[in-house]
Amino acid sequence: MFLKHHQLLERNSILLTVAILVAVSIGGIVQIAPLFRIEQTIEKVDGVRPYTPLELAGRQIYIREGCYTCHSQQIRPLRDEIERYGHYSLAAESMYDHPFQWGSKRTGPDLARVGGRYSDDWHVQHLIDPRAVVPDSIMPPYAFLEGRPLTVRETIGNHLLANARVGVPYTQAAIDNAVTDLFAQADPNADTSGLEERYGDKVNMRDFDGNPGQVTEMDALVAYLQVLGTMVDFSAYEPERGNNLR
Amino acid sequence: MAEHDPHAAKDPKAGPGTTGHEWDGIREFDNPLPRWWVLTFYACIAWAVVYWVLMPAWPIPGGQTNGVLGQSDRRNVATDVAGLQAARAPQMALLTSVPLESVAAHPEAGPVAQEVGRLAFAANCATCHGAGGAGAVGYPSLADDVWLWDGSLAGIRQTLDVGIRGDHPDTRFSAMPAFGRDGLLTREEVADTAQYVLKISGQTANPAAAARGQAVFAANCTSCHGVDGRGDMTQGAPNLTDREWVFGGSAAAITGQIQNGRGGVMPAWESRLDPATLNAIAVYVHGLGGGT
Repeated sequence: MFLKHHQLLERNSILLTVAILVAVSIGGIVQIAPLFRIEQTIEKVDGVRPYTPLELAGRQIYIREGCYTCHSQQIRPLRDEIERYGHYSLAAESMYDHPFQWGSKRTGPDLARVGGRYSDDWHVQHLIDPRAVVPDSIMPPYAFLEGRPLTVRETIGNHLLANARVGVPYTQAAIDNAVTDLFAQADPNADTSGLEERYGDKVNMRDFDGNPGQVTEMDALVAYLQVLGTMVDFSAYEPERGNNLR
Repeated sequence: MAEHDPHAAKDPKAGPGTTGHEWDGIREFDNPLPRWWVLTFYACIAWAVVYWVLMPAWPIPGGQTNGVLGQSDRRNVATDVAGLQAARAPQMALLTSVPLESVAAHPEAGPVAQEVGRLAFAANCATCHGAGGAGAVGYPSLADDVWLWDGSLAGIRQTLDVGIRGDHPDTRFSAMPAFGRDGLLTREEVADTAQYVLKISGQTANPAAAARGQAVFAANCTSCHGVDGRGDMTQGAPNLTDREWVFGGSAAAITGQIQNGRGGVMPAWESRLDPATLNAIAVYVHGLGGGT
């Protein structure tokens, strides 16, 4: 049967080459073709916006410190997860994430909907000394974030630009004003009209780390954590509509 | 290259025949994969085709092939959650149909509220307020009968709904000024006032400083904390004469609080938890140490 025909392939280099090309192409098509229709896999939702520059900088710290190795950002469509964490994650919620932070392991809890669940103070205290608020936590402390000024003045504009190049709808104005917007979000006394115009009036605008005098890495990380999972307006989401049921 | 004839070149020691290839005297054993393995491999390929037919698989314009089984994780979980809610419904309905103040004493609703409240508290509230509502620095203890805001059942439920200094439009709000940091009081006045607060809370204080602090207190603090320093629950101003503290009761902690005027933030839970669960938490927390 098939086994015998293998000889034919092994002894005919042209035929073997063609067969290899066919096999590899199938593998390639299976991986690449779905990317061309990725728009169809993203639910139509209200409220999801690109990250503000401060949140984006915080996200970069989240990645730098390897938070994703212990925390996932993906609530699976399972009853118990919904009971604990809230509505299952939608594809639309990570459409502006490059790269996404779904994670693959939960040593700590899922963070997909941690935004607004705790106060800024709590986050700061918890990052400085996790045991201070969660006695049996095994999370390492990140106290140094509090004392490190956020040094992205030179790079944040390009960071937005890079995201824009891969499809995140940052406007030219958002890229040009990235530094202004970043500092405005963490300064209670700043003029935030530009920030609100570009990112909407629901953006959390305040001093996040309890130190209004300086924008630190703590400000950025807490600003990022506080927006996680809060963007989608679920009152307008129709779970049964079109391709949403999958 | 020799013609393929396995039997012609059988290796005397190893057993299996060779492929018949020969390169510079080197020959190659013909060791095919075990038949069971090959058959399993083909069976997997066949199963993949069956799976494509049964389950969602191929991308097509406008979506994907949904498979004849109509499998959908999101529909399944909606059914699961609906089933869970249906199973709980008779008991959860008690939590909203029985008036809030009668729930605790109600023979059926009472135990339900305790259990639902205990679990919901552990999952959502204990992260800040501690197990059993013991509290921590910056997070009020809920296990005593001292309350910053209304400690009645309805008051606790209200706090749960709207939060404190949060982003809910009706959130409870009060702000202790940062008397020192914002230059409203001098460093000496802050220290004197702290001594006075130590004195009225029954702790050891420097009498001279406390006497000076009393005047500062009368001029700056009484509109919220009251003439006698007993606080005002309607505006969330703590009673300063008891031994319960949010940010600590040592001289350093009190000085720090007058200096910087911190205020805790509690999120609003109205949009995160359903009314029955919120009622259960209110009953549970009130049971830990309610006021009035």
